[in-house]
Amino acid sequence: MRFKSIFTAAASIVATVGATVLVSGCEPTTTTATDEPLVVYSARKEHLIKPLFDRFTEETGIKVNYITDSAGPLLSRLVSEGENSPADILMTVDAGNLWQAAEQGVMASIESDVLKANVPAQLQDSEGRWFGLAIRARTFVYSTERVKPAELTSYEGLADDKWQGRLCLRTAKKVYNQSLVASMIVANGADQTEAILADWVANLAVPPFSNDTKLIMAIAVGQCDVGLVNTYYLARVLADNPDLPVQLAWANQNGRGTHVNIAGAGVTKASKKVDKARQLLEWLSEESAQADFAELNQEYPVNPSVGLPPVLQTWGEFKADEVPVTELGRLQADAIKMMDRVGYR
Amino acid sequence: MPVSPENPAMGAELAPNIVLAGVEAQRHHRGSSHYNKALWFIASIAVLGVLAPLLVIATSWATDQTDIWQHLIATQLSDLLRNTFVLLLGVGTGVTIIGVGLAWLTAMCEFPGRRYFEWLLMLPMAMPAYVLAFVGLGMLDSTGPLQFWLSQHLSDFKPVDIRNEFTVIAVLTLVLYPYVYMLSRSAFLAQSSDTIEAARVLGCGYWQAFFKVALPMARPAIIAGVSLALMETLADFGTVAVFNYDTFTTAIYKSWFGFFKLQAAAQLASLLLLFVGLTLFAERYSRGRRGFVQGGRLMSRHRVRLSPAKSYFAMLACGLVLSVAFVIPLCQLIFWVVAQGSDQWNARFTKLLYHSMQLAGLAALITVTLALVLAMARHVSRGWRRQFLDLSQLGYALPGSVLAVGVVISFAQLEHWLVYPLQDLLGVPQKQILLGSIFTLLAAYWIRFLAVATGPVQASIERIRPSIPEAAQTFGVTGVQLAWKITLPMLRPGLLTALVLVFVDVMKEMPATLLLRPYGWDTLAVRIYELTSEGEWQRAALPAVTIVLLGLVPVMMAVRKSSR
Repeated sequence: MRFKSIFTAAASIVATVGATVLVSGCEPTTTTATDEPLVVYSARKEHLIKPLFDRFTEETGIKVNYITDSAGPLLSRLVSEGENSPADILMTVDAGNLWQAAEQGVMASIESDVLKANVPAQLQDSEGRWFGLAIRARTFVYSTERVKPAELTSYEGLADDKWQGRLCLRTAKKVYNQSLVASMIVANGADQTEAILADWVANLAVPPFSNDTKLIMAIAVGQCDVGLVNTYYLARVLADNPDLPVQLAWANQNGRGTHVNIAGAGVTKASKKVDKARQLLEWLSEESAQADFAELNQEYPVNPSVGLPPVLQTWGEFKADEVPVTELGRLQADAIKMMDRVGYR
Repeated sequence: MPVSPENPAMGAELAPNIVLAGVEAQRHHRGSSHYNKALWFIASIAVLGVLAPLLVIATSWATDQTDIWQHLIATQLSDLLRNTFVLLLGVGTGVTIIGVGLAWLTAMCEFPGRRYFEWLLMLPMAMPAYVLAFVGLGMLDSTGPLQFWLSQHLSDFKPVDIRNEFTVIAVLTLVLYPYVYMLSRSAFLAQSSDTIEAARVLGCGYWQAFFKVALPMARPAIIAGVSLALMETLADFGTVAVFNYDTFTTAIYKSWFGFFKLQAAAQLASLLLLFVGLTLFAERYSRGRRGFVQGGRLMSRHRVRLSPAKSYFAMLACGLVLSVAFVIPLCQLIFWVVAQGSDQWNARFTKLLYHSMQLAGLAALITVTLALVLAMARHVSRGWRRQFLDLSQLGYALPGSVLAVGVVISFAQLEHWLVYPLQDLLGVPQKQILLGSIFTLLAAYWIRFLAVATGPVQASIERIRPSIPEAAQTFGVTGVQLAWKITLPMLRPGLLTALVLVFVDVMKEMPATLLLRPYGWDTLAVRIYELTSEGEWQRAALPAVTIVLLGLVPVMMAVRKSSR
């Protein structure tokens, strides 16, 4: 008897919950088949993409739905969803991630003269499976009080003994550093790169930081004198604290150039709206969108005909490493293993 | 009523069913077999739901990942295991000392402010660990305002890096001790003063009585709390990432995000799962069928009044923990919110808030309902069936992201086996309907948090004596009326506690929400992730403070009910 009553109680709760779920679960789906929105899986954060998507929708009438997460989970979801995945576009913030997605066979090859013209060849996949949309440069940030810019030459130079106890790095778990190391492997070969990394680790002033912003602040408060960051983090920090005694210097200007990576995107194999998806990518590579794309996060536009946002103009032109970003993706696993071996956490 | 100082059954109520403080004295009257079959059926589906993503993860062993394993063993694995062990040991010790110590103070001693501290000390539970981590580092680290100010004003000031083993352990301890505090406190309250007095008559000192009698009797509840805390610690990634402290989860994420070997990550994760499973099993086995039947006068009626000096220390201890774990971080968050200005209070924020609450509310209802069914089924089962039902606890032991991917893969399979063939049959185009819907997200929530809800619900079911509904029936109260008027009210404390715990946990949940949410269903936790992963800690303050305050509401409600 006892259980009969509990069971009735449970059944009533289940009924109530079920009804609530049904009501709330069905509420947001109001689109019809004809104007089905584009779906973007994005590792780029919402506040950096939404304004652009909104403008795209305004100009073309094509609605854009998106979810944001890290590249790893998004790619895993894309792979396991297979050909019925609702995703039309995968957008990530690193070439390594895009290269992996192409490698795992979930990206479609796209023919587009617009993209070919707007995006430099080394910043896109040779088979058109993904395209760079913004450039992120990873270079020196230094203390204006304790370092002369002339002392800073190359990434390799940070291995010098004079930086003993003066170097700050971000964690090796961050893909930006993995790509940087991959570019060093391309330039210097594996053995030499490994020796350089070992010296970096020996020069560290404090254990690696979990993000670039902290690293910049650590230089400002005097924990260390020099570090490597993506430029837009410095732009952001300086926008909040213009008086901080930190500044940027371009790496490897007398050699191969500063390491650059991309934020980029490609059309998925599962997409049933390839034309619309290509239209969005093309739109993002055009001048007006490029200016915004870069302005939103102080990155460098990929489209060479687009001018720089004001903050970036103060840092001047720089020579970028022209190694195809595809190479960086290919060497990423080697780079991680190398960093593990030398104890770079 | 759940978090009640005078409610002796609290220990059992909050204990997940890995440990039930009470004993099942009465096993008679197993209900009609008709209902039992239906119960067993629904409960099995719930268990299979939990098992599906776990099995997906286990299948990874069919693939060859020697490359990754060799690399890990050659480089990092020994350090990672050492770090993980240190973390478990540190957090385990920390939560036990703080949790049990404060529980003893507020349950057994009388000092000024005790009545407030006894519920205030539960509040740190509302603070997500990653939030305390970023606030703590934000304030105190070399780059924080304190050291920054010092470096500007003292010429020879050398910034101190505070990221180390000790601080990681401290952060996790401060957010996880409430589990132990709540569980052991209610266990103490439920103890009979007769037992303690007997011990003292037999020559035990006050402290001896504590260590020799009260503590061993509260052991199941303490272990239950510590296990929850340790499971959270093992699965944690966010907090250790903020400190760049590498643990076993680091290896999981490195294999996945760095090497893109999801299968290797799954192998590592399944080892974690195996470890937790074996530990829980061993604990249960070592306890065997022992139980502690208690009766007589309740201990809480005889609180020891502390001397002024001791009172001072008691207040200091409670105040210190509360300030460090809750008040100071909350103030810092509020300060950041104010400094950010008013343009963040927009419609977008309201929407995030609404989604968070809606998801947490729905998930809490579903999870608790399932926990109720499971607890009932468990009550009427024996032997292997019981053990099978206990498997429903395992979802809590996996790192969130790994579980989330397990859920994605199993639901993708379900689409392939069920949805697409059905759509073909009906002649409509194949379209994914489960993944990306709110149903999948809610499923992920209950799969993860069933362990949290089961304990309290199970305990309250075990407490209903068959004589009560029987008595009601002699007065002609039957069926729905009996359920609503007698049974549900009797289950209410347990159900409420479970609802509160799941609600708070879902609000804090990040990885599953990120990966499985339908378009536009962003929550406060999602927003925190987006901002902190870009290093914008201060802009994350508003969503963070909102999660903490919203988490307080159910805790307060529970407290108010208990004080009646």
